[in-house]
Amino acid sequence: MHDLIADVFMKHFGNDILSEQTDSAILSLGSDEIAFTTDSFVIDPLFFPGGNIGKLAVCGTINDLAVTGAVPLYLSVSFIIEEGFPMKDLEIIVESLAEEAKKAGVLIVTGDTKVVNKGKCDKLFINTTGVGRISKRDRNISRALDIKPGDLILINGTIGDHGIAVMNARESFNFKSAVVSDCASLNTIIREVLDKTAVKFMRDPTRGGVATVLNELAGKIQLGIVLEESALPLETAVEAMCELLGFDPLHIANEGKVLIVAGKDEGLKVLEIMRENELGTKSAIIGYVVNEYPGRVVLQNQTGGHRIIDSLAGDQLPRIC
Amino acid sequence: MKYIDEYRKKDLILSISEKLKSVSTKEIVLMEVCGGHTMAIHRFGLPSLLPATIRLISGPGCPVCVSPQYFIDKALAFSRIPNVIVTTYGDLIRVPGSTTSLEKERANRSDIRIIYSVLEALTIAKNNPGKSIVFLGIGFETTAPLTAAAILEARKENITNFFVYSAHKIMPPVMKALVEEGVKIDGFIAPGHVSAITGTAIYDNLASECGLGVVVSGFEPVDMMQSILMLTSQIEAGTPKVEVQYQRVVKTNGNKTAQHLLAEVFETRDDSWRGLGVIKESGLKIRKHLSTFDAEQHFEVRVPESFEPKGCICGLILRGLKTPVDCSLFGKKCTPADPVGACMVSGEGTCATYYKYRS
Repeated sequence: MHDLIADVFMKHFGNDILSEQTDSAILSLGSDEIAFTTDSFVIDPLFFPGGNIGKLAVCGTINDLAVTGAVPLYLSVSFIIEEGFPMKDLEIIVESLAEEAKKAGVLIVTGDTKVVNKGKCDKLFINTTGVGRISKRDRNISRALDIKPGDLILINGTIGDHGIAVMNARESFNFKSAVVSDCASLNTIIREVLDKTAVKFMRDPTRGGVATVLNELAGKIQLGIVLEESALPLETAVEAMCELLGFDPLHIANEGKVLIVAGKDEGLKVLEIMRENELGTKSAIIGYVVNEYPGRVVLQNQTGGHRIIDSLAGDQLPRIC
Repeated sequence: MKYIDEYRKKDLILSISEKLKSVSTKEIVLMEVCGGHTMAIHRFGLPSLLPATIRLISGPGCPVCVSPQYFIDKALAFSRIPNVIVTTYGDLIRVPGSTTSLEKERANRSDIRIIYSVLEALTIAKNNPGKSIVFLGIGFETTAPLTAAAILEARKENITNFFVYSAHKIMPPVMKALVEEGVKIDGFIAPGHVSAITGTAIYDNLASECGLGVVVSGFEPVDMMQSILMLTSQIEAGTPKVEVQYQRVVKTNGNKTAQHLLAEVFETRDDSWRGLGVIKESGLKIRKHLSTFDAEQHFEVRVPESFEPKGCICGLILRGLKTPVDCSLFGKKCTPADPVGACMVSGEGTCATYYKYRS
C-alpha cells in the first residue's frame, strides 16, 4: 500500500498539502483553516460484534479529523450497493450511521447512491468525507514537530480488539469469544485532552496497528521508540487468539484508539484525563521516545530481552501448526 | 493468561539460566527442530541467557519451508484447472514458486482460498458440488491426522469433489538424515506437538544408535530453558536419552486415535525436502484404497521444470549449516514483504524469525 501511494498517487497528485501525508489535509480558506479527509469502507463481514460498516464509516472519518486536532463538523456519505442487497440490512446500517453521526455531533450534509450489477461490488461499499474546523494552536499535531527523547507514548485502551472481533466474525474459528470491536468516535475524548493539555502528536492506529503508526513516526523523527510489553493493555481473549494464531497484537487494527505522544508531565495529565472518559478507562503509558535505535520501534519484553517491531508487511497470516 | 504467564516468569527463566551456567562445561550444539521453537527462542531473547558453551541451531521443522519448489509449482498447476478451488493454510500462499506464487495466481483469477482448518475445505466442497476442491496438505505429524480425518469424513459423507495434494512429512527420518550427513549436533530439542501425536518412541534410535540426547519440549520460554538444561545435563553426564519436558501435553504413547487415523489414510514414501533432497520414507502418501481423494491420482497436470531461486541458501539454513545472516540476500533482496525463499515467508521460518526478532 505504501509503495502504491508513493509510486502512483503521490507521483501524479503530489502537492505541498498532500505530501504532508497526515490523516486529514489542513486547508487555508482566507483567515480560517479547515481539516478535510476522505475514506472508503470495505469490510467483510458487514456486521460484527460492536458495530457494522455504517458505524465504522462515521467513526473512521471522524477519527481521522479528530487526530489531526480538528473539530469534526460535516460529513458526506456515498453508497455503492450491489444489486439484490437486502433492504432490511441497508436500513440497519443507515440507522447506525445516523446514530453515530448524531452522537459525535456531526451533520451528514451531502451524499450519493449507486446500485451496481450483481458481482460488480461485494454487497456494500461506503465512502465518507469529512470537514472540520482546526485552530492555529492544534494545526501542527499531525506533524510531530517537537518530539524529544523522554516523551511518553500513550494509548486510550486495549489493543487489537477491532481486528480480532472482525476476524472472529469472518472466519470459521467457532471460538466462543466475547471480543467486541472498539469502533468509536474519538472526537470528544480527544477534544478534552487537547483543551486541557499540550500534546505533541496523535494518530489512530487502524490498519497495520500500533506497530505501523509508531514505525512511521520513528522514521519521521529519526528517534527510537521503546514499548514496554508489560504495559500494553490487552483483553485476555485478544491475547489468547493472537497466541493461538501466531499474530502480534501490535499489528492488529483498532477503530477506537488514539496514540498520543506528550512530554513527561503533560503525558501524566493526558493519562488522568483519558482515564476519566468512558472511552479511555484502560488508558496506559505504553512506551517512551529515546535517542537510541533511530527510526526504529523496540519492544522491551517481560523476560528482559528486547526486539525490533516492524510495520506490518502484507496481511497477517495464521501459522500452520 | 493461564498456561502462558506461568511459563514466562522472568525469575524462573533467570534461575534456570544461572543453573545452566553452572552445569555447562563442554562446548555443545543443540538443534531446535521445530519452527515454533525457533520463534520462541528469538521472541524471548533466549540466546542471551545461555552460557557461551551452548550454541543453538535451527532445523527443518517449518512445514512451509521444507516443501520443495516443485510442490508449489504443482499446486499452481492445479489452481489453473478450470472449476478447481485450491484451499490452503495461510502461510503457503506467499511462497514463491519457480515463476509465481499462489497469491499472485489468485490475483490472476484462480480460485485460491485461505482456510484455517481442513474441515473448511470439506464444507466448501459440499457447497460447490460443480467444482473440485484441492486441499494442499502440508505439515508434519501434527497436521496430518486432521487431513486424514477430513478424507475419512469425505468418504463417510460420500463427498466426491474433495481432493488432497499431500506433501505431509514425518520428523524422525529427516532428523536421522541430518546426523548421518555429518551435521554436528549434540542433542535435539524435539517438537512437542509431534510427540503429542506420536509419543516418544520415534526418537529411541537417535539415543541408542546415534548417542544423541532428545528432549521433547514445550514452546514457552521456561519450557525451552528447562529443555536446554535437561539436554545439557544429559550430555555433561554422558547419558544421552529421550526425555519429555512437555509433560503437560505429551504422553509416552502419544495419541492413539490420531495414530490410527494416520495409519489408515497414509503410508510412507520417499519424499523431497527443500534444500535437503530426497529422504527415504519421510513423506506421507494417501493409501491406494483412498486414491479417489488423491489429487495427484485424479488430475493430470504438466508442471514445468522447477528451479530454486538464485543466491538463496534456505537449504543450508534448514540443515543448520548456515544462519540467515550468512545469506547475501537476507534483509536486502529477501524480506517478509518481498520474500525470495520459503524460510522468509512462514511465521515459523528461520529467516522470517531472524528478521522479525533481529536486534
